[in-house]
Amino acid sequence: MILELKDVYKEYTRGKMAVPVLKDISLQVEDGSYIAIMGPSGSGKTTLMNLVGCLDVPTSGQVLIDGVDISTQNDDQMAKLRNTFIGFVFQHFHLLQEMDALENVALPLLYAGVPAKERRARAEEALKKVGLEDRLRFKPSQLSGGQCQRVAIARAMVTGPRLLLADEPTGALDTASGEQVMEIFSQLNEQGMTIVMITHEPSIAACAKQIYHIRDGEIRMDGQERPGRQPDEKIEEVE
Amino acid sequence: MLENIKLSFHGIWSHKMRSVLTMLGIIIGIAAIIAIVSTIKGNSEMIKSSLIGANTNVVTVTLYQGEWAYDMTWNGNPEGILPIEQDTVEELEKLEGVEKVSLYNSRENIDSTVYYQNTAFTGGVYGIDDSYFELYGYTLNYGREFIGSDYEKRRKVAILDATAAASIFPGKSPIGEILEISGEPFTVVGVVSQNTTTAPNINSVQDYYLYVGNTNGKLFLTNAIWPMVFRFDEVQSAAVKAVNTDAMTTAGKKVEDALNEKMNLSAETDYIFKSQDLMEQAKKLQDMSNATNQQLIWIAGISLLVGGIGVMNIMLVTVTERTQEIGLKKAIGARKRRILAQFLTEAAVLTSFGGVLGVIFGVVAANVLSQIMGIPTGISIPAMLIAVAFSVCIGLIFGYLPARKAANLNPIDALRSE
Repeated sequence: MILELKDVYKEYTRGKMAVPVLKDISLQVEDGSYIAIMGPSGSGKTTLMNLVGCLDVPTSGQVLIDGVDISTQNDDQMAKLRNTFIGFVFQHFHLLQEMDALENVALPLLYAGVPAKERRARAEEALKKVGLEDRLRFKPSQLSGGQCQRVAIARAMVTGPRLLLADEPTGALDTASGEQVMEIFSQLNEQGMTIVMITHEPSIAACAKQIYHIRDGEIRMDGQERPGRQPDEKIEEVE
Repeated sequence: MLENIKLSFHGIWSHKMRSVLTMLGIIIGIAAIIAIVSTIKGNSEMIKSSLIGANTNVVTVTLYQGEWAYDMTWNGNPEGILPIEQDTVEELEKLEGVEKVSLYNSRENIDSTVYYQNTAFTGGVYGIDDSYFELYGYTLNYGREFIGSDYEKRRKVAILDATAAASIFPGKSPIGEILEISGEPFTVVGVVSQNTTTAPNINSVQDYYLYVGNTNGKLFLTNAIWPMVFRFDEVQSAAVKAVNTDAMTTAGKKVEDALNEKMNLSAETDYIFKSQDLMEQAKKLQDMSNATNQQLIWIAGISLLVGGIGVMNIMLVTVTERTQEIGLKKAIGARKRRILAQFLTEAAVLTSFGGVLGVIFGVVAANVLSQIMGIPTGISIPAMLIAVAFSVCIGLIFGYLPARKAANLNPIDALRSE
């Protein structure tokens, strides 16, 4: 079990009021799964993502990453977990503007303490995998949105994580670029990568093998496990 | 670390305008301090070299009446004070730090004693032994120096320094000319001048003022003939050559104490021998100019403080601006310490850059100042290094708060801010 949530409860204090965001969520994600979590804004899906991504700890309950309770980890251990075990892909890419593609991708390796030469080689390889080997020295401002997101995926993959977390990965992209990103996700999943994706677009969620719905802090699975839509398939099973 | 420094340069370069404005306080502060320190150093060196006179290392021990050097011109020989014996000189030369002692009589400001035809000479008159010239670094220009028989036979011969020669005998050679000294005819046998390395050789603070006020020069007689000219067997002053510059103070004190003991003089008696402690005098003059300049340094220091606060302010803004970057870095595995180090490095690189620019501007300002106001400047390498090191420290101190803020940012909030 790569990821397991046990009765996770999370509240935020807004002024003097405690506002519950997630209510007793339990979820089990097997190795090699590809799940999508859908929900309207304010439903708590980003909070869930932060917990799974070791960016936050639950108020009560347990988040187990590869069997390790993140509540027991200190700041540095969490940082290491994020660095080596989890890859992040964000809606707005979050690339560093003053660095070129290669430097952006190599950054997590810097934090992992990898020597410079090896960093470069591994970053190049990661960019090659997302089809950007001819854009190594381009800055984000010189790349299209789709290309930026592919650089971001390369950055997420470069440390060889086992879990990929994507928060609205196509939210800022046009349809064609979005499809491209989904294609890369499918390939990665085929290679054994576990993917947890948050989206509110049914067509994107349909690419996953499992879809969960989150609403008012409660989660519910949508149907049984299924093969997952191929990016070029027509969308029919939208709810 | 190297990576951080590289990134910092990147950051500074990509925000040139802001970086320069941020550094401005540091630049001005450091530049001011460097300029002031250079001026202090220049001043001190000027005082030291003109007061002490390079290479001679000579301290003068003179009889004082209370606070003032005793002046034989007006009062004659002080009652009960005997001349220093030649035996005593040998004893003095055995004292610690003393290399050589030369005794001499002097009238710093004579009047109606020395005449050439109808013109009176108003300079200093010295009765010297055969080592005086060597001690004070005089060399013979032409004619001859005093020889043994001048002393033995008490010949009526005189030597002028170049200044006196030029003032008494303008445009002609003084050798062989006759001066009337206390009614007696004296033949001028030589002209001396001080080595260019030691000139103007100011041997005491009095000499310094004398040099400034009296350009009539010096007239030298043998100390053997002195009592005949001035009618007294007078007490002498001692010129004490120390083994080195640092020993000057001690050598002067030792000779002073020895002479006082020998003649039963002390602070309670009317007269006392005092060494004109040139190092001390030089230090006093230096301290005086240092004291004023140190206040200036404090003021410049305040501008450094203000500059530091400016750096902190901008760094805080930068942290807020770069919240997303920080959040992302934390998300992909940067530890707190890493973020802290990044921002500290950035602040330190920024301020050290400002420090270097400040040093450059300071040196330029010091040179401009010395051109305009005629103040000498001495550029001090240690001061520059300290200034740059100090500006790095400012960066670290004032960068700490913003850096800590960055390190403690919650990655979730950081990523969420759009």
